Amino acid sequence: MADFLEFMVLALPEYYKGLQVTFQIAGVALLSGFIIGLPVSLMRVYGRGLVRWLAIGFIELLRGTPLLVFLFVVYYGLPEMGLTLSAILSAYLALGLNSGAYQAEYFRGSIQAVGRGQMMAARSIGMTRFQAIWYIIVPQALRLAIPAWTNEAVSMVKYTSVVYLIAVPDLLTRSKWLASKYFNPIESYLSVAVVYIVIVGILTLLVNYIERRLRIPGLEIESRAHH
Amino acid sequence: MTEPILRLENIHKTYGSNEILKGVSLDCQEGEVVVIIGPSGTGKSTLLRCINLLTWPEQGKVWLDGKEITEEGVDLNKVRQHIGMLFQDFNLFNHLTAIENIKIGLTKVLGLSKEEAQERAMQELHHVGLEDKHDHYPGQLSGGQKQRVAIARSLAMRPRVMLFDEPTSALDPELIGEVLEVMKLLAEEGMTMIVVTHEMGFARDVSDRIIFMEGGDIVEQGSPAEIIHNPKHERTAKFLGRINEIHAVDQ
Amino acid sequence: MLHNLSVLVPALLKGALITIQVTVISLGLGFLGGVLLAVIRVYGGKIPSILAAAYSMVIRATPLLLTVLILYFVITGIVDLPPFWAGSLALAIGSSAYQSEIFRGAIQSVSSGQMLAARSIGMSRIQAIYHIILPQAIRNAVAPWSNEAAIILKDSSLVYVLGVPEILRQAQYFSARTYEPFLAFGSAAFLYFIMTFAANRGLDRLEKKLEIPGLIMESQ
Repeated sequence: MADFLEFMVLALPEYYKGLQVTFQIAGVALLSGFIIGLPVSLMRVYGRGLVRWLAIGFIELLRGTPLLVFLFVVYYGLPEMGLTLSAILSAYLALGLNSGAYQAEYFRGSIQAVGRGQMMAARSIGMTRFQAIWYIIVPQALRLAIPAWTNEAVSMVKYTSVVYLIAVPDLLTRSKWLASKYFNPIESYLSVAVVYIVIVGILTLLVNYIERRLRIPGLEIESRAHH
Repeated sequence: MTEPILRLENIHKTYGSNEILKGVSLDCQEGEVVVIIGPSGTGKSTLLRCINLLTWPEQGKVWLDGKEITEEGVDLNKVRQHIGMLFQDFNLFNHLTAIENIKIGLTKVLGLSKEEAQERAMQELHHVGLEDKHDHYPGQLSGGQKQRVAIARSLAMRPRVMLFDEPTSALDPELIGEVLEVMKLLAEEGMTMIVVTHEMGFARDVSDRIIFMEGGDIVEQGSPAEIIHNPKHERTAKFLGRINEIHAVDQ
Repeated sequence: MLHNLSVLVPALLKGALITIQVTVISLGLGFLGGVLLAVIRVYGGKIPSILAAAYSMVIRATPLLLTVLILYFVITGIVDLPPFWAGSLALAIGSSAYQSEIFRGAIQSVSSGQMLAARSIGMSRIQAIYHIILPQAIRNAVAPWSNEAAIILKDSSLVYVLGVPEILRQAQYFSARTYEPFLAFGSAAFLYFIMTFAANRGLDRLEKKLEIPGLIMESQ
């Protein structure tokens, strides 16, 4: 046990650097996912014809493929097609698109949970469809999506670990470096697991606090636990 | 004064294979309070939604203030500014406080300034007796209060006609009174109102005309006294008999 | 390229067989572990319940990839298991944590009156759990469990890191030989997509079949 703690102290500076990269990737992916996901969900719910089918196609294709496989398509496959991205850019792209598809589904669920009565009431005072969507539906849908979205945010920190396989120096990759250097895979991986557990724990508490502060009485929805 | 403020001509509406409205025609004078009664599922709500064209009839025309609103090219969003609608489940905007619920139509649809909107919104909240709840969210209000805020929201748009779709059906009995009081006040102030309801007391005391609908068409209409005490059709009498058992027509 | 395809497709399909096996084993073992843990969480005493909760929380807080790596080294340190089994076991342990959450929610959404009624006709606690609570809880769990099943199917790609010859690994071999990574990984992605699609369809049918008429499912 004392050895393990000693090792942890040794590893922490390395892990700190890795954590920065992890947060960077997670942040970019989450934000890109939001920027992509919200419009796509609107296309999915309110779009007609081709627009709607494009949205459905995007969502189903990206959710139906494992993140790791998609990452390989982007990092190894795209150069063959003429687009060579660095490892970190590939990570941004793959994780961002993947998150966008999942976020689109959360927003679709919350938009539908807002209820058609809200749309009717908005139209009945003379709002255009666009005004109704923008001022009435979306604000409520975003509120309802908060639990699922913050869940996704915390999980994103875990998902970024796939970049281990394309040698981006995130938290997980650094534990591998240490494992190779000191020939102690179990200790290394366990120590980084401790870091993940602590970070996820803190983030979860933070997220619960935010949810409570943002609560509007009468505007709640049950969210579904997921990875 | 003889030009009706609202006219419906031969409204047909079909859902799937069911014809819900079978050619309904109706005139309404300015300041008139019309109550529509009838069994559930006879298209009363659908008829109301055809008036402000939230639902489009397959056949038939609607005129508001002498202008046909079912014509091609009419800006329906503008038309709906002049027709107020109240819903059975209130449909207040849950993410906005009571006063913001009223202000949003004023600023975004009518284009009033923030100050004008604030003033008018507070005025209407006062009108329905809820100015002290202006900063409450719908989730913090009782059912009766929610419906009254919804009425204020409609009133603030200065409608020519107000449509009430079973406004008290979702309310606990002790909360119904406060909503009917406000509706009575509006009637006294001369608002043109079309109300779908089961509240026979309101129909008897406040309405100018009662319409009985069944099976997608108007069976009979007349003054409250005629309909309640002297219905000409057996179906009307039957329906009223059942209604009187459930909702005791109070003194 | 057409010639390469005729080599790629059989290889990917061989990988698919492995993928399916890994998925089924992980899901199955994860199911057993998950139900057991859930029952302990809900019905166990204070200490077992807290331990089960801690287990679930710790595993879910670590990336699945990391869980697979740790468990692989731990398991192969103790027993000489080939990567296929070590990987499947690791995935199973990871999945058991998520499945325990699903079943815990499902059990808790069975109304408490059911247990009262069962005890009142003389059933022991275990009988009540086995005959009355669990059958209803399982129905409640079908929807989120189908979700989890689809997730495991995709997460099985993580055993790639252990060298298990599943779909992704087959694609990588092909890509290394033919220098056509886009074809290889693109086809792998597409194959996963088809399998996920088919699995979702099948699971939807299962959901419909298992529905109890009139029983409203509580959402988690």
